[in-house]
Amino acid sequence: MEKYSVFVPKLVTRKESFAPGHRACVGCGEALAVRLACKALGHDAIVVSATGCMEVVSSPFPETSWRLPWIHTLFENAAAVASGVESGLKALVKKGKRPDREIGIVAMAGDGGTSDIGLQALSGALERGHDLLYICFDNEAYMNTGIQRSSATPFGASTTTAPAGKVSIGQVTWKKNLAAITAAHDIPYVATACPSYPFDLMTKVKKAVSKPGPAFMHIISVCPTGWRCAPDLTIKIGRLAVETGIFPIYEIEDGEYKMSLDLAELRPVQDYFKLQGRFRHLSEEMIKRIQDRVSKEYARLKEKAACSQKQKS
Amino acid sequence: MARRIGIEVSRSIAIAVKLANVDVVSAYPITPQTHIVEDIAELVANGELEASFIPVESEHSAMSACLGSSAVGARTFTATASQGLELMHEVLYVASGMRLPVVMAVANRALSAPLSIWGDHSDVMSARDTGWIQIFAANGQETFDNVLCAFRIAEDRRVLLPVMVHLDGFHLTHVIEPIYIPEADEVAKFLPPFEYPLPLDPDKPVSMGAFGPPNIYPETKKAQQENLIASKEVILESWREFAGVFGRSYEPLECYQCQGAKVLLLAMGSFSETAMSAVDYVREKGDEVGLIKLRLWRPFPFDEIRNAVKDADVVIVLDRALSFGGPGGPVCSEIRSALYGLDKRPKVVGFVGGLGGRDISRDGFVDMIRRGVEIARTGSDQEFEMFGVRE
Repeated sequence: MEKYSVFVPKLVTRKESFAPGHRACVGCGEALAVRLACKALGHDAIVVSATGCMEVVSSPFPETSWRLPWIHTLFENAAAVASGVESGLKALVKKGKRPDREIGIVAMAGDGGTSDIGLQALSGALERGHDLLYICFDNEAYMNTGIQRSSATPFGASTTTAPAGKVSIGQVTWKKNLAAITAAHDIPYVATACPSYPFDLMTKVKKAVSKPGPAFMHIISVCPTGWRCAPDLTIKIGRLAVETGIFPIYEIEDGEYKMSLDLAELRPVQDYFKLQGRFRHLSEEMIKRIQDRVSKEYARLKEKAACSQKQKS
Repeated sequence: MARRIGIEVSRSIAIAVKLANVDVVSAYPITPQTHIVEDIAELVANGELEASFIPVESEHSAMSACLGSSAVGARTFTATASQGLELMHEVLYVASGMRLPVVMAVANRALSAPLSIWGDHSDVMSARDTGWIQIFAANGQETFDNVLCAFRIAEDRRVLLPVMVHLDGFHLTHVIEPIYIPEADEVAKFLPPFEYPLPLDPDKPVSMGAFGPPNIYPETKKAQQENLIASKEVILESWREFAGVFGRSYEPLECYQCQGAKVLLLAMGSFSETAMSAVDYVREKGDEVGLIKLRLWRPFPFDEIRNAVKDADVVIVLDRALSFGGPGGPVCSEIRSALYGLDKRPKVVGFVGGLGGRDISRDGFVDMIRRGVEIARTGSDQEFEMFGVRE
């Protein structure tokens, strides 16, 4: 990475479409991911936000961090609003009321707004084939409202509505696989990303908006407040999520799997867990159980990617 | 020249939407829908209407997509009814709060449980306070005309508020009526193109839907309230212009045979047509009764109501919705509160009837008038009476 640092200012636009001065917590991985995504989007984009952390920190009237046209309405409907934006623009262009130019329409929501309350609207938008990108910034719980569990909360994490206690380990269900669910809609592009790998993230956002049809991105967003970790460890923890195989980064392009970071060996999940208070209570037995599942799923994912490569050649 | 044709009222709305040259229609087919959107989909499929038709996966998404398309400056329409209106409930507030001029036809129907697909006003009354302009049509022509008016009212820069046009489920949606259908050039004279002042546009970025902390929220609500009240002037102006182009005029309420009437019946929607014949009948028998057809439900026409009943002794109000455990029907409540502050005011008698598609015939209205007069004379320990309902 060091050798690149000289060139970074040349590689990435200095323009901040998600302006500084917003009220995200110190070390917020999501704000960083949104910032990078906005840099990748450039000028011609419209952002539709769901209710959640990013909406609240970025838009207390009369202030706004959005230098892109931006609309927020409700919690569960970002995909539907974005569908309307896309269809509206399409109709206006057809009738000559708007110039015909490519505008990236991007819906942004958290894990609650995507995997729980907004899943139906998301499925509808993907199925209908709107030309839009939906990004789920996943901080693995309802952080904006006080760290309540969602269906994206990982097994074993302690949250305020699934707390670890004398007879509970906290979350007892496994994280919903959003990439698989969205890929099952046979859309042209699905990708996972992590702001600890900024170039990978930005490349994927660019690819996702430039490909015609619906695209979905699942971006892990470290949340120091909810994960009970030190705010200066955001980038490190993001890397560990990827390096342990807990959150592998990959693409599914036209049905073909491709690992963005193909790891021969995974770091133990414990490396990731030990930096976070939400996993502090886990017994060795539980950690082993999680490790087994993570290893198995990572192997399965690699198999899919290998299979796609084989079919290609 | 306008043609007068026999057509199902729902289908005529699709023609009105086509004549308005809408850009986006977003709708869900069930919970329940009418022929309105089926016909629009057909018009789009045949290339007769150049619009994006979004067949969404729920009414919640139907209205949400309307927000998005309206925000980019596209003329936007949807239709719904009953459970569908309830499902989009929270989104309705956003449309008005964000000043997005969506137009929606609502086929007024009962709510579950028990399941009923038939007409009444239960669905709309829960949407009463959503900040939408709301117009009730009494017949097919009124529905057709007011859908055209709705676009003009909603999109006027002084207004920029969403509009609901209410038509009674089945009693209007599924009947065939003779309706004057104007030519496109006549409609173009009345309805200017939609120019949203600050649409979502990368060249002029705006933030829409900021969150409102306590230091600003009440001011936004006050502004919204004042804006809705002020929209009445534009509504009246639009109706006047409409009369100028098409020759049919509308008012917030219509008085039928009210001259010298000491007893007034008041109804909203298609039942007021049946009530007219009851009024004729009772007048033939020598009793001086009249009828007020309430058309503009929001903003509520306080002055017009006060003026219309100023010489009456009794106002009998029919509601097609029930406020459970409350003072009776919502319309009756509004009338009572509109008149309470007057020094001289008529007695207001409330009936709730016609729920879940139960019909009220001419003779039914005649009975209602007689019973209402009796209650006004003797008084009652009930806040209201359920009409035409078995014990």
